[in-house]
Amino acid sequence: MDLYEYQARDLFEAHGVPVLAGIVATTPEEAKAAAEQIGGTVVVKAQVKVGGRGKAGGVKLAKTPDEAYEHASAILGMDIKGHTVHRVMIAQGADIAEEYYFSILLDRANRNYLAMCSKEGGVEIEQLAVDSPEKLVKFNFDPNTGIDDAAAAEIATQAGFSPDEVPALAEVFQKLWGAFAAEDATLVEVNPLVKTGGGEIIALDGKVTVDENAGFRQPGHAELVDESAEDPLEAKAKENDLNYVKLDGQVGIIGNGAGLVMSTLDVVAYAGEAHGGVKPANFLDIGGGASAEVMANGLDVILGDEQVKSVFVNVFGGITSCDAVANGIVKALEILGDTATKPLVVRLDGNNVEEGRRILEQANHPLVTTADTMDSGADKAAELANK
Amino acid sequence: MSIYLNKDSKVIVQGITGGEGTKHTALMLKAGTNIVGGVNARKAGTTVSHKDKDGSEIELPVFGSVSEAMEKTGADVSVVFVPPKFAKDAAVEAIEAGIGLLVVITEGIPVQDSAKFFNLSLTKTGADGKPVTRIIGPNCPGIITPGEALAGITPANITGKGPIGLVSKSGTLTYQMMYELRDIGFSTSIGIGGDPVIGTTHIDALEAFEADPETEAIVMIGEIGGDAEERAAAYIKEHVTKPVVGYVAGFTAPEGKTMGHAGAIVSGSSGTAEAKKEALEAAGVKVGKTPSETATLLREIYQGASGSDSADAGAAESLKDKAEGLVDKVKGVFTKD
Repeated sequence: MDLYEYQARDLFEAHGVPVLAGIVATTPEEAKAAAEQIGGTVVVKAQVKVGGRGKAGGVKLAKTPDEAYEHASAILGMDIKGHTVHRVMIAQGADIAEEYYFSILLDRANRNYLAMCSKEGGVEIEQLAVDSPEKLVKFNFDPNTGIDDAAAAEIATQAGFSPDEVPALAEVFQKLWGAFAAEDATLVEVNPLVKTGGGEIIALDGKVTVDENAGFRQPGHAELVDESAEDPLEAKAKENDLNYVKLDGQVGIIGNGAGLVMSTLDVVAYAGEAHGGVKPANFLDIGGGASAEVMANGLDVILGDEQVKSVFVNVFGGITSCDAVANGIVKALEILGDTATKPLVVRLDGNNVEEGRRILEQANHPLVTTADTMDSGADKAAELANK
Repeated sequence: MSIYLNKDSKVIVQGITGGEGTKHTALMLKAGTNIVGGVNARKAGTTVSHKDKDGSEIELPVFGSVSEAMEKTGADVSVVFVPPKFAKDAAVEAIEAGIGLLVVITEGIPVQDSAKFFNLSLTKTGADGKPVTRIIGPNCPGIITPGEALAGITPANITGKGPIGLVSKSGTLTYQMMYELRDIGFSTSIGIGGDPVIGTTHIDALEAFEADPETEAIVMIGEIGGDAEERAAAYIKEHVTKPVVGYVAGFTAPEGKTMGHAGAIVSGSSGTAEAKKEALEAAGVKVGKTPSETATLLREIYQGASGSDSADAGAAESLKDKAEGLVDKVKGVFTKD
């Protein structure tokens, strides 16, 4: 889960990373009050989980609380790359002398962590990495040792900071590592990390991604979820412990196993090319069990999507045999009753497939069509969605 | 032959007394696996009842620790079924004990935990300088050498022994592919898992399959996220002489959304299915659009390659040569060491 800047700021503060005052506001009135509270020049910053907000006009300097009010009025509700701004952060103005870059991230390829640092911050770091890779220090380290005193000093030194600058930076790097480790983060990025006119090092902007698998030991992370930004169907699916992602299409998809479901989306998209360009409407993995209740919950979520015109159920019976899956589908349709209105194409394969198909044929539900293969099922579902 | 696991492997189950552990211990035994016991510190000294391959009643001992289990039984493989909260401790215990193969089935382990136990395994090296413990997973279906042994949850009744080696990030997609090619059969099928940090990689498995005399052709299944497939493509170009066909899932996945597996996410332009497909094709790997097309490709290539020095093999070779420039580009970007 990606955090908003204001959440990252609060998280940094909690872990002793130096930050400036910042207050989140959802109305111009709140923005004005926050500016009064902070005092002096403030920055009104759109809170969206996408880069490039400055260029889009989502970051404005306000010299007075009234100016903060005006800027917040303009920024709230603004659309930045498809993200509507629901909140602004009123941040204390900074006396910036220099801008740096620092981040810690999970390095999937090397299966350890990577710290990156540059004396040239405040710019698009991806661009810097391409244009002047020598200006971006990359430092891989073992998750079991983390960024200790020596590593922190090494990173700062390699980045080209002078010996008298290194200690202050090293301290901030270690604090950021502390935040990364304690919060089960997979990314902590500070851009820019600034040096003020007074020589202080401050994290002026933060991007943090936390690991949702660590929810069991990070109870505070549940509060960071922005429910207002969640798709209502995704929220409903989550309540039922379903692994669902809403997409923009007409063929509802249910399958078991993430890889098979992803593959099913692709196969439906290919099949759709011959049927008016219909596309998959969602990703939904019901896992190994595929019980009647899970199937009913899944169908319920999918049929709640008004765009959906047909549903393709693609299950490979591995540990769970196909007769159990077929019974699950039949019972799920009983549970849903009249609320199930869209045609269902069911493809079963694998363990005890003959019995599974027999059960579906015997039930002879008017909405259900069976398919022998994944390809033919996808084709049928796409055809039905194009009617 | 096979890779990593065979009929002589002595397997223990961490979490043998839990629900999943119990269910899958029974299925592993049924598949012929030589399970010699399990681990649960709170139930040390007890036994659990199961049936062996022939249906005879057996009692499996429960040990207090992995090291005790290894000492008493000579176990060299451990399969982990403990919940995410306790998975790191279980893995660390097995690594510290020096188990040869550690298969972590558990889904939902925090990635910091996986990164920690994986990096710990790198520090525990044997006389050859290589890590003593090979980790498969986490969040994977495990490994099966059909007709010999199963360390994981792959259905053992899909297919039997044969010449195909399969390596995949996904469970059910693996089963689907084994089913499509069930008439040919598999030497070993390994699910490496869909998490951001995994032990055994596509490259490790490719290297092992290349060296395994029983494996004649390889199927490699990938999915969106990371750059493991791109790196595997570069590896294939350099080191794999056996025919490889590929499949990549997730062409329709939107950016920034996790598709079921924690590691299956497209971030910006990185991790897309298209990039993976292009890298594989540039390395001379034929990539199927769908699982069924992939199975067809494998049939064509395998049957072509096994029928003496066929024109297909020559054509594949020249395709590989043509692709050299692009592969070098891929390597330049992705080879970090």
